Amino acid sequence: MPRLLLGVLIGAALAVCGAVMQGLFRNPLADPGLIGVSAGSSLGAVAIIVVGTTWLAPVTLALGTLALPLAAFFGGLAVTLLLYAIATRQGRTSVATMLLAGIATSTLAMAITGILIFMADDRQLRDLTFWQLGSLAGATWPKIGTVGPVIVLALAAMPFLSRGLNALALGEATAGHLGIPVQRLKYTAIVGVSAAVGASVAVSGGIGFIGIVVPHVLRLAIGPDNRYLLPASALLGASLLLIADAVARTVVAPAELPIGIVTAVAGAPFFLWILLRKRGVVDL
Amino acid sequence: MIEARDISVAIGGKRIVSHVDFTAQPSEVTAIVGPNGSGKTTLLKALTGELAYAGTVTLNGRDLSSMKPVEAATLRAVLPQATALSFPFTVREIVRLGLIGGRSGVLPGEDARLPERALARVDLDGFAGRFYQELSGGEQQRVQLARVLCQVWAPVLERRPRYLFLDEPVSSLDIKHQLIIMNIARDFARRGGGVVAILHDLNLTAMYADRIFMLHGGRLAAAGSPTDVLNDELIEKVFDCRLKVGALPAGSVPFVLPQSAA
Repeated sequence: MPRLLLGVLIGAALAVCGAVMQGLFRNPLADPGLIGVSAGSSLGAVAIIVVGTTWLAPVTLALGTLALPLAAFFGGLAVTLLLYAIATRQGRTSVATMLLAGIATSTLAMAITGILIFMADDRQLRDLTFWQLGSLAGATWPKIGTVGPVIVLALAAMPFLSRGLNALALGEATAGHLGIPVQRLKYTAIVGVSAAVGASVAVSGGIGFIGIVVPHVLRLAIGPDNRYLLPASALLGASLLLIADAVARTVVAPAELPIGIVTAVAGAPFFLWILLRKRGVVDL
Repeated sequence: MIEARDISVAIGGKRIVSHVDFTAQPSEVTAIVGPNGSGKTTLLKALTGELAYAGTVTLNGRDLSSMKPVEAATLRAVLPQATALSFPFTVREIVRLGLIGGRSGVLPGEDARLPERALARVDLDGFAGRFYQELSGGEQQRVQLARVLCQVWAPVLERRPRYLFLDEPVSSLDIKHQLIIMNIARDFARRGGGVVAILHDLNLTAMYADRIFMLHGGRLAAAGSPTDVLNDELIEKVFDCRLKVGALPAGSVPFVLPQSAA
């Protein structure tokens, strides 16, 4: 039961965050992974796994089983706040700068993660690998109690962004001329996405492609209007992740496949197929 | 009234507009003309608050810098030179975006039909269901104008005039649609609104503008009525091109002027 609920929450969070990021960066290929939120979360989690019993022992002792999700959450948030500070000049946030700085920060976070992996012993390596591939297997009520409210709050804020994101499709200047408070819109979207994604990565590791594939499929089916796209993404994201989890649990039973592998194996070819089919019609 | 005093704009340390005074009256079409790179678009972006500027800009007596986006959106709509779209929106969805922040000024129940009416205005009847990205450049430009018209459909709202800022509104249009669009601008002004338009076609400018601001190298070269500003000396100096105002071409060469439109 906690596992089902967690699947619903995370599937919805990843898909909605993908849709919001794509609207914000005005690019259908944008994804929470792109601006480094996922990499920051991973760094936080890997740090707890590898040095949690040595350098970070006080943290681990104080937080117990919550140390890992909290570290991942704050890792993602820290990266987002850093990027936001870098990309904001004179009260305006440059989305392009943030994207590029996100790539640099991602690389740096992954390098530090790499160093930690290099330091890890055999048992830790196994933990790490499984965590990075993503899984809903660790679902417990305390974990849901930690990340659930964060995800629900962040998702609840998203419908208020939909009209602004629609206007943003015409460019930031035009959205402003239409009466949208663009700076506040960007701030809300970025904080909401990093909170929801940080929380998701924290409990389930890296689950790829939901954030790109779900909004993309829905845009083909119901159009790009964010007023419908965001709620529909939540529904489809949740359903897809539950299906993927069911597959992950049954395909090699009694063992269990990491869910990140399932979403990637199914998602990547599907995404390529969409790209090939739509070539020439939608300019990426 | 739009009143701008001593406007200067620098982009990346380079000064593009220097100490320009600008006014635009309601019930008038005010044209901004000048050669490429003379600072026309930069000046317009300062007047709409898109670029940071030194100096003051007021809209109907209120300081632009103290207005919230939604307040400014109620007073004026802006047509940019080009609009790149990132997702496959339909024409109707684009035009309807004009209604999200400002107030069209029509009765509440009529807002829903406004996109269709605006499209009919710009001669795009029946285009509402098409995908924006499949239209030609000139059609896209007219869709954007329909969106802008929705935002300030009533030229006067609560006895306050409203404004249209148009950056080269006819640059990619054929002659018929150039005239349609310029007539929409003139009609908006006749009904009490104000229009500020950047124009390249000096004949259309002479035909439609009540006042002309001529820019040269980021400075104001001249301001006044078409008869004041469009003369041989100023045009030669500003556009670096020897032209004669009102001169007819030699004998057998055909020429077509927008002024001859019936």
